[in-house]
Amino acid sequence: MTGPGMSAGARGRSDVRDSLDHEVTADGRKIGGVLMDMRSITLRFGGVEAIKNISFDIREGEIRAIIGPNGAGKSSMLNVISGFYVPQEGEVWFRGSRRPPMKPYQVARQGIARTFQNIALFEGMSVLDNVMTGRLTQMKTGMAAQALWWGKAQREEVENRARVEQIIDFLEIQHIRKTPVGRLPYGLKKRVELARALAADPMLLLLDEPMAGMNVEEKEDMSRFILDVNDEFGTTIALIEHDMGVVMDLSDRVVVMDYGRKIGDGTPAEVRSNQDVIDAYLGVSHD
Amino acid sequence: MLYREAGDFKTSYEADGQTFPIRLDRRGYYAILVMALAVVPFVLNDYWVNAVFLPFLIYAIAALGLNILTGYCGQVSLGTGGFMAVGAYSVYKLMTAFPEISIAIHVVLAGLITALVGVLFGLPSLRIKGFYLAVATLAAQFFLVWLFNRVPWFYNYSASGQISAPERTLLGYRITGPETQAWAVYLFCLVFLVASAWIARNLTRGSVGRKWMAIRDMDIAAEIIGVNPLTAKLSAFAVSSFFVGISGALFFAVYLGAVEVGEAFGINKSFLVLFMIIIGGLGSIFGSFAGAAFMVLMPVFLKNVLVGGLGWPTDLAAHLEFMIVGALIILFLVLEPHGLAQLWRMTKEKLRLWPFPH
Repeated sequence: MTGPGMSAGARGRSDVRDSLDHEVTADGRKIGGVLMDMRSITLRFGGVEAIKNISFDIREGEIRAIIGPNGAGKSSMLNVISGFYVPQEGEVWFRGSRRPPMKPYQVARQGIARTFQNIALFEGMSVLDNVMTGRLTQMKTGMAAQALWWGKAQREEVENRARVEQIIDFLEIQHIRKTPVGRLPYGLKKRVELARALAADPMLLLLDEPMAGMNVEEKEDMSRFILDVNDEFGTTIALIEHDMGVVMDLSDRVVVMDYGRKIGDGTPAEVRSNQDVIDAYLGVSHD
Repeated sequence: MLYREAGDFKTSYEADGQTFPIRLDRRGYYAILVMALAVVPFVLNDYWVNAVFLPFLIYAIAALGLNILTGYCGQVSLGTGGFMAVGAYSVYKLMTAFPEISIAIHVVLAGLITALVGVLFGLPSLRIKGFYLAVATLAAQFFLVWLFNRVPWFYNYSASGQISAPERTLLGYRITGPETQAWAVYLFCLVFLVASAWIARNLTRGSVGRKWMAIRDMDIAAEIIGVNPLTAKLSAFAVSSFFVGISGALFFAVYLGAVEVGEAFGINKSFLVLFMIIIGGLGSIFGSFAGAAFMVLMPVFLKNVLVGGLGWPTDLAAHLEFMIVGALIILFLVLEPHGLAQLWRMTKEKLRLWPFPH
């Protein structure tokens, strides 16, 4: 049950192997080698073990979901990946090499972007400026050049603006470009946050409950965007989500956590038929 | 009708990102700049320079500096007076040690020295936030004033403990010292203010400014997009203190001429500049100007009306002045918590449609 099985997923595609570590799904997406490998991660807060000896990997180009009941340790796992928490035991491997303990901003510079469960946008800035902040890792002009707004500073600003405008078009938020983020409704804020994460051109995109608190229509939009991002930019995505329908439809592989343990790992179909998962997540029947 | 942006299309990102995107605004500001540079110097007299223009220009530089730190980067500072003192004592030491070098260079160097001191006192900001940081910067305020009082080297062992600016010229015109020409000192300070505003604007519209604002709005999110909080906060302290240092240098060398540190750069100064940016508008270049203008001009205006216009006794007018300025501050903050800059923005929004309701 556990382990990287790649049989037919809920999207109804059959996978074809075209090279050793490289598969093409029925809808033409390429799933490559292992991008991120979490090896025997254990995370403790004092006496509480939030994550108990969990291993799983994320492969290039796939959409990987982490699910589990409340308090299962999903967000803690995401925080380990993005550098907020340093696990007491275990290793994080990224792009084939072991990652030393890092600060979140260093993780960001490695090409890992994320969104938050409860939106973490810069409320005092416009949508455009918010998305532009996603490009900060790409902008290198020194302060002196910027102070004078000469040559390179201005050029860099315009180049990055062009890329940001592509993402704004992609996520269909052109009309609110200059609106302060504080004035936007919830669903749009979520989209702006995704835009900011995308602006960094990340290799790995972490989404912490991208559909929390949305209505059905907004969920459909967001699902569409997640699939499109994965399709068009080839971005690897790891997401936490509570809506089982969404998870089963979107993801290639699913990790299931409960009380800090991994109780299931595989394609949505496999996970769905796993008795442990059914017991822990969907509830044990008492009749 | 008069103020409109219809037909003012932008076809490039450069044009869209410029400082004054609306054509009418742009022309207005350039007209004011030309007036300030080419017309005002010929019509002003000593009273106007000393009572109005010099304090406004110099405080506006200090407000710009504090606004970068507090308004843009969200780090509250009550050490402005202390940093102004660093600028003043730096320029004094430089002027007396290297009399052959131009005063303009000394003022810039004083700014750089203050930037270094600012970074040093900015280090606690990496650990503490908000009110607690404000208290930590208060320590800078008191320590620096104490230092300049107690270490005679800073005031060149003068008997009074004061520092006084020696006479210096720029291009043959006296800028500091007892006998200065009003228009020359006005232009000298104006050039520093315009340059400061230009640099502040450039920094805040680019990636440096976005880093600062990201830290201000949500430091955790800033870190997750790759902002190193250490460099972002310390660079804000450096740039802010640079401007504050320049303003302190000008305040001492050009405006007052002689300074007793506790009196000129006490805690009152820190609060005054902080009020300027709160009333003017946090996180706004325009707000720094508006706040400085409000706090400098309002007392002068009231004094002229009460004493000159109504003929009231000076001491009564002075007390009333305090009360009226205080009431006005409260009134403004109740009406518009985001300051004069926001009031100005809303006026422009309304003007856009005027005289039509929709």
